[in-house]
Amino acid sequence: MKKNKEIMTIPETEEGTVLFNVPFPKDLKQLKDMSPIVILQHYGINYIHSYGQDSPFFAGLANGHLLGTKCSKCGYVHVTPKLHCQECGGECEWIELPKEGRIHTFTVCYFGSEEFLKETPFMLVLVEFEGAKTLMLSRLLGVDPDKVSLDLIGKKVKPKFKRNSKFKPTDVYFVLAE
Amino acid sequence: MRPVYMVSGGITKFAKAHPEMTFQLMVKKAYDYALNDIGLTHKEAVNAIDGSVASYFSDHFTRQLMAGIMVQDYLGLVPKPGHRVEGGGATGGICFQEAYKSVASGVMDVCVAYGFETMSHVNTWKGNEFIALASDTNFDYPVGGFYTGYYAMMVVRHMKEFGTKVEQMAMVSVKNHINAYHNPYAQKREKLSIKDVRNAPMVAWPLTRLDVCVMSDGAAVAILASEEGIKKLERISGTKINPVRISGIGRGTDSMRMADRPHGKVILLPHESPDDYKHLDYPGIHSFRAGRMATKLAYEMAKIKDPLKDIDFVELHDAYTSSEIQTYEDMGLCKYGEGGKFVEEGNPFMPNIDYGLKLKKKGTIPVNPSGGLIACGHPVGATGLMQAVFAFWQIQHSIKKHFGNDILQVKNAKRGAIHSHAGTGTYVTVSILEKA
Repeated sequence: MKKNKEIMTIPETEEGTVLFNVPFPKDLKQLKDMSPIVILQHYGINYIHSYGQDSPFFAGLANGHLLGTKCSKCGYVHVTPKLHCQECGGECEWIELPKEGRIHTFTVCYFGSEEFLKETPFMLVLVEFEGAKTLMLSRLLGVDPDKVSLDLIGKKVKPKFKRNSKFKPTDVYFVLAE
Repeated sequence: MRPVYMVSGGITKFAKAHPEMTFQLMVKKAYDYALNDIGLTHKEAVNAIDGSVASYFSDHFTRQLMAGIMVQDYLGLVPKPGHRVEGGGATGGICFQEAYKSVASGVMDVCVAYGFETMSHVNTWKGNEFIALASDTNFDYPVGGFYTGYYAMMVVRHMKEFGTKVEQMAMVSVKNHINAYHNPYAQKREKLSIKDVRNAPMVAWPLTRLDVCVMSDGAAVAILASEEGIKKLERISGTKINPVRISGIGRGTDSMRMADRPHGKVILLPHESPDDYKHLDYPGIHSFRAGRMATKLAYEMAKIKDPLKDIDFVELHDAYTSSEIQTYEDMGLCKYGEGGKFVEEGNPFMPNIDYGLKLKKKGTIPVNPSGGLIACGHPVGATGLMQAVFAFWQIQHSIKKHFGNDILQVKNAKRGAIHSHAGTGTYVTVSILEKA
């Protein structure tokens, strides 16, 4: 029933009318009853952003390699890279992650941040790899979002790489391996 | 450190939008309410107050850097000391604790903690984008940054690990919305059923729109004082103050990326033993280690041994119904894994309200008697302070005075815990308030 009610509402949008003046009362006492003036302000910025010491991860994705890091002192594996070990503080080296992982958890996003709204519904997944305690956040493809259940947890997944790299973590995504 | 008390509080009703007010005026309304409640005029307050701490989360929402000083200015508190704190969703809780420290250290006798957020200035989905910028923007945000998605993944794992059910999560929503029905400060005052919650549009499986808090505009103020500060306030105003003591503060942190949280042993509370968690990889992504750390420190300081016996009510950060259940466990209201059962039995419900549910152990320890974030709203910087004000009124036994009815007054409320939580459990604060 609620759905019909929603359809009966015209969606609010952000474009407005250009307004160059507003009515003004003769009696200044009436100003406090005036409606607030709400204007549209743009806020957009380009950053010259550096991935710094994490840059090789993105170079890896561009070349079909999924990289993590391993502590040269204690051997702790960071699936999402960290160049200093979160366990012992030692310096880490780059390593290739296994070719397969498993679904640790997942969700289906039916809504999202504005930037990703047009991609909904999409699936997020945290992938676990043999020999590592930390995980990797990625997109999961090839699963019907309307037919998900807890049974997906533990299923084998494998990475796929975009041919035209965007140098974003979405240059890699996962699909079911079995 | 010396004893610290909360002496007054005020809230500017949380609403979807307050276009008729700038953030300065929103804070002033809550501030004036707090002054008025202890009989202080503007000028008397200026004479009595030593300084402030400002709380707001996002410079993107305000589109204004240094908004804190604009509030300080509008309240007439310049040139007194002040600073802004920020820690995501826990900003309000951190602000409360920094004001506590200002007084406990002896630097100030009277300190005002004020907080606000103006989330209505962008559309809901842009707002979600701003919030998601509080996740790693190199590795997490670009994948589909969306906080409800992150919490959904956490609870999916909780469901897998412990058998938690979506109906149990829905019960949290029913409880908090029905509690809020009696709270005039709440943004959403609705009588819902489990079916309503499950039939609401899916946001991120398995969380529906009624499992998730809304965005709000709002402000809240808490005034803290030392014993000397209370004497000073009473001398200046000629009004007797009914203070509430802050007997414990605790804070914890965890890695920004939940993918990085290594598996180890549970941080134990006094009433737990290692045998309780023999086979649990902790915190995984099913539990909030920062919440447990904050709880442990706050309980130790307030000498709380068994929270179910030693605490009368909790106002906790229920940005999601799932995170309320996870937080029962972090705060030791039940063991890890038992959060779903804890709500199903009725423990966190108000004993005197009809929820249309059969509850075996109704009202053991009311959680979010105010309605929480789910129903009151979540103007981030104000939220943790709103909890402080509600807890303060509970322990003062002044809910009737401030709400216009006493349905939500927890009978015999002597000690309460407030809990403020930042994105995926990165910063968490727990503070204990009790009868002076």
